[in-house]
Amino acid sequence: MERYSGTCPLTRRQIADEYFIESRNRLLEIAAFLDRLERAAEGGSERDFRVQAFQEALQLLCDGEEARVQRVQMLLSDPSTQLKAQLDQKSATGAHDHWRGEEL
Amino acid sequence: MRYIDHHAHMVSRTTDDYHQMALTGCVAVTEPAFWPGWDRLSAAGFEDYFRHITDFEPKRAAKYGIQHYCWLCLNPKEGEDRELAREVLARIPRYLECPTVLGLGEIGVNRVTRNEVETFHDHVALALEHNQLILIHTPHLEDKWKGTRVIIEALLQRSELKPGRVLIDHAEEHTIEMILENGFWTGLTLYPQTKVSLSRAADMIEMYGSERICVASACDWGASLPLAVPEFVLEMRRRGHSEALIDKVVYQNTVEFLGQSPNFRLQG
Repeated sequence: MERYSGTCPLTRRQIADEYFIESRNRLLEIAAFLDRLERAAEGGSERDFRVQAFQEALQLLCDGEEARVQRVQMLLSDPSTQLKAQLDQKSATGAHDHWRGEEL
Repeated sequence: MRYIDHHAHMVSRTTDDYHQMALTGCVAVTEPAFWPGWDRLSAAGFEDYFRHITDFEPKRAAKYGIQHYCWLCLNPKEGEDRELAREVLARIPRYLECPTVLGLGEIGVNRVTRNEVETFHDHVALALEHNQLILIHTPHLEDKWKGTRVIIEALLQRSELKPGRVLIDHAEEHTIEMILENGFWTGLTLYPQTKVSLSRAADMIEMYGSERICVASACDWGASLPLAVPEFVLEMRRRGHSEALIDKVVYQNTVEFLGQSPNFRLQG
């Protein structure tokens, strides 16, 4: 991200002033989502690749490395260019199943 | 403030939306052919839709002082059905003669299947045959990177295609560089959850510059905001960006790209 240094016209203090409260709100929404998963009623599948990807993305945010958005995007993406033989479903799910066939 | 929303599915919006868009400075919209949320049964259904966006919708928009243009195609969500695609594509050429048609769009892929890619190739061939601009839809969510890569590789195979006459839409952080570095135009579409937020769009303008980037709402029948572009203008002002930069990405760039079509003539 060094090559993008200084591209935002706001100072770090100004960015915090402008965006902290809304980012705080989003942080709490994520925390509540994770708590909600733990409070879930019985019956659903334990394995959900979307949740798995989400949890890995959270780890990525804290690794201190740059380009967080791009890396989260790729973590959630199908990284291949192989064409599907036929249409499997109409809509995307939001995360690629990187663990298909594995025991999570 | 003045703006052009180059990606707005206005058949799904109310006249109140046109009113609000006019009040906030919208001077023109361009409407890509789209999936209505259900699959049409026949090519005749598409023909009714083409009549809707080439005739009825421009008149509805004009009541609010907004110029309405459109793009034609069988959209990627229905691209799996090759027989239907062939029938629909055969009906498109005569609509290209309508005075508000800007080109082929939004063509592309959805789940990145073999049939979808074949249908995409057919659309590109039709656009080149008729010297039309191209507006491209890139897939949603986990399919976006893959679909964008496949689309770019397919386009680069065609030496006769000029990248400057193609806008690859719905770019996000992981796809914008590959689009711009190959000479194509791109669009940032401000969709509440599944595309780009106001703040991320502003981030991308800051990081990748303002050349060949246009900002649009992509408003349709889903949860979306017809006033997303003026909301984006406020986000840019919030950060202290100049009015000249804002005007470039919500108006001037769009005029430059669309102006390559002889049918795009801004009034006033």
